[in-house]
Amino acid sequence: MDWFLQQLINGLALGAIYALIALGYTMVYGVLRFINFAHSDVLMLGAFAAFYITPKITPVLGPQSVPTAMLVIVLSAVICAAIGMTIEFLAYRPLRSRPRLTVLITAIGVSLFIEFAGQHEKVFGAATKSFPTLLPKREIVVGALHISSNDLVVLVLTGVLLFAMWFIVQRTKIGMAMRAVSFNEGAAALMGVNVNRIISFTFGLGSALAAIAGIFYAMRAPGIEPLMGVQPGLRAFIAAVLGGIGNLPGAALGGIVLGLVETFFGGMPGLSNYRDGIAFAILILILLFRPAGLLGKLQTEKV
Amino acid sequence: MRGKEKIFLLVAIAAAVGLSMASSIFNRYYLGIAVDVGINIILAVSLNLINGHTGQFSLGHAGFMAVGGYTAAKLTLVFGASVPPAMQPLLFLAAILLGGTVAAVAGLAVGIPSLRLRGDYLAIVTLGFGEIIRVIFQTSEFFGAATGLTGITKMTTLGWAWAFAAITVYVVACIVNSTYGRGFIAVHDDEIAASAMGINPTRYKVTAFVIGAFFAGIAGALYAHHKLVLKPDGFDFVKSIEIVVMVILGGMGRTAGVILAAIILTILPELLRPVAEYRMIIYSLLIIALMLTRPQGLFTFGKKGAVK
Repeated sequence: MDWFLQQLINGLALGAIYALIALGYTMVYGVLRFINFAHSDVLMLGAFAAFYITPKITPVLGPQSVPTAMLVIVLSAVICAAIGMTIEFLAYRPLRSRPRLTVLITAIGVSLFIEFAGQHEKVFGAATKSFPTLLPKREIVVGALHISSNDLVVLVLTGVLLFAMWFIVQRTKIGMAMRAVSFNEGAAALMGVNVNRIISFTFGLGSALAAIAGIFYAMRAPGIEPLMGVQPGLRAFIAAVLGGIGNLPGAALGGIVLGLVETFFGGMPGLSNYRDGIAFAILILILLFRPAGLLGKLQTEKV
Repeated sequence: MRGKEKIFLLVAIAAAVGLSMASSIFNRYYLGIAVDVGINIILAVSLNLINGHTGQFSLGHAGFMAVGGYTAAKLTLVFGASVPPAMQPLLFLAAILLGGTVAAVAGLAVGIPSLRLRGDYLAIVTLGFGEIIRVIFQTSEFFGAATGLTGITKMTTLGWAWAFAAITVYVVACIVNSTYGRGFIAVHDDEIAASAMGINPTRYKVTAFVIGAFFAGIAGALYAHHKLVLKPDGFDFVKSIEIVVMVILGGMGRTAGVILAAIILTILPELLRPVAEYRMIIYSLLIIALMLTRPQGLFTFGKKGAVK
């Protein structure tokens, strides 16, 4: 039972991070109908932004303090939002009217570019760097349970961010515009929605979430390196498809499910080696029975 | 038409074997690249049948390549010592065909469930199967786990690689240009219209998938006996993407363009060796620039409807 609860908490914390990344995938898919492969690299850039910003802020606000952590997270998110919007403007916008496959390949190209440029010694270098401790780490012991304070922070902040996303998308004017563009781009433009601005905003929002997720992920990982985004990015991508791509609650649900599955299987003796495969196996199984994902709606093609 | 293609096949095989006989006069480095070119042509042309002609989007080609490579390598590793030298080429042929067949079976197993899905979902599921295949090889002691298979005998020569490349091009061209093969293109152009014409889209998609996987397996077998080492990392989804890029660069569904793209994309990284540290950066920028300027592929000029 203790083992179960322990894994549950670990899985939720991991799943929450996946959920944050998956939201970015799914939002971009919602407005542009393509999978933004470069999303996982924006996540890496977020972690690196935090890595470079932290030493600059620490002398002012003190090491391992809440204001420092907040400022680092906010600044990294802003930087990555700008990066995301730039990528959209330079690489994806000129292709808006082209086949989706073209955009997909471009996205793969952008992703490879960021990864390989990042590995170059004059940029980040390929070696693993140790991520600065943003918050003092405490172990909270409840009975036989060991809960890391970082996990709790991640869980709470993710909950807040998920709620904020829901609020932005469902309760604000710009969110309504996002939904309109996602529903029918042409009609939205006719109704006076500035489609380019909405798409740019969506990229910014998704990239900011990715940056925050990247920092959370780096806090749990041993170190950061230019390829650190690939694995969580792939998982989050699965999570987004699992929940039904283009569906926001679906992405959150998919992320949590994937995090739990991975932690439970990873913790079982004999199965841990297959952890990577199991995430995909579950995805395939679910897609076979629900081809549009857990919460997605199947669209019938009409002639 | 058919006669011309047969002549092409025979001439190509004869040329490959002939060049192979004379291979000792060539620089070994160039010879190695030439074999790489042949293997990549097989991969790109076979993926073109799935992604180009049939219009599906598979991101798991490296997985089938791995299945073929590991199967063939295991066969020659186990029986290589007990077969007399004169029979070695036969053993190699058997290994190649077995590799292809097992990969085709894997293609069938993957294709039947996943080809009900479309577009992005199909892409992610094929990517998933590719990764699962890799994880299986990575954890299986029988296949050398993470260290992979080593000590494979050098058997792939220029002749083998190019002959099989020619066979692949021939078979794919014949299939697509046959009455039956028009079904693939019909599925690509409009699935609903195709099924209204009495074509079973799923059947055609699975067929394309199985044939594509078969040739990917053959390429894997040739690759194994060329590089002499098989590592599971070598078959991750970056490898699949490399093959996809060849197909897109060449123009989906254009066999000649895809062959040209496979040749260029194999040679290009070698040419960039002097600037090795910028090599992959240039490669990725090229992909982006290409998509921005010539999304229909580098070698498509007029003819045939534009890619959807």
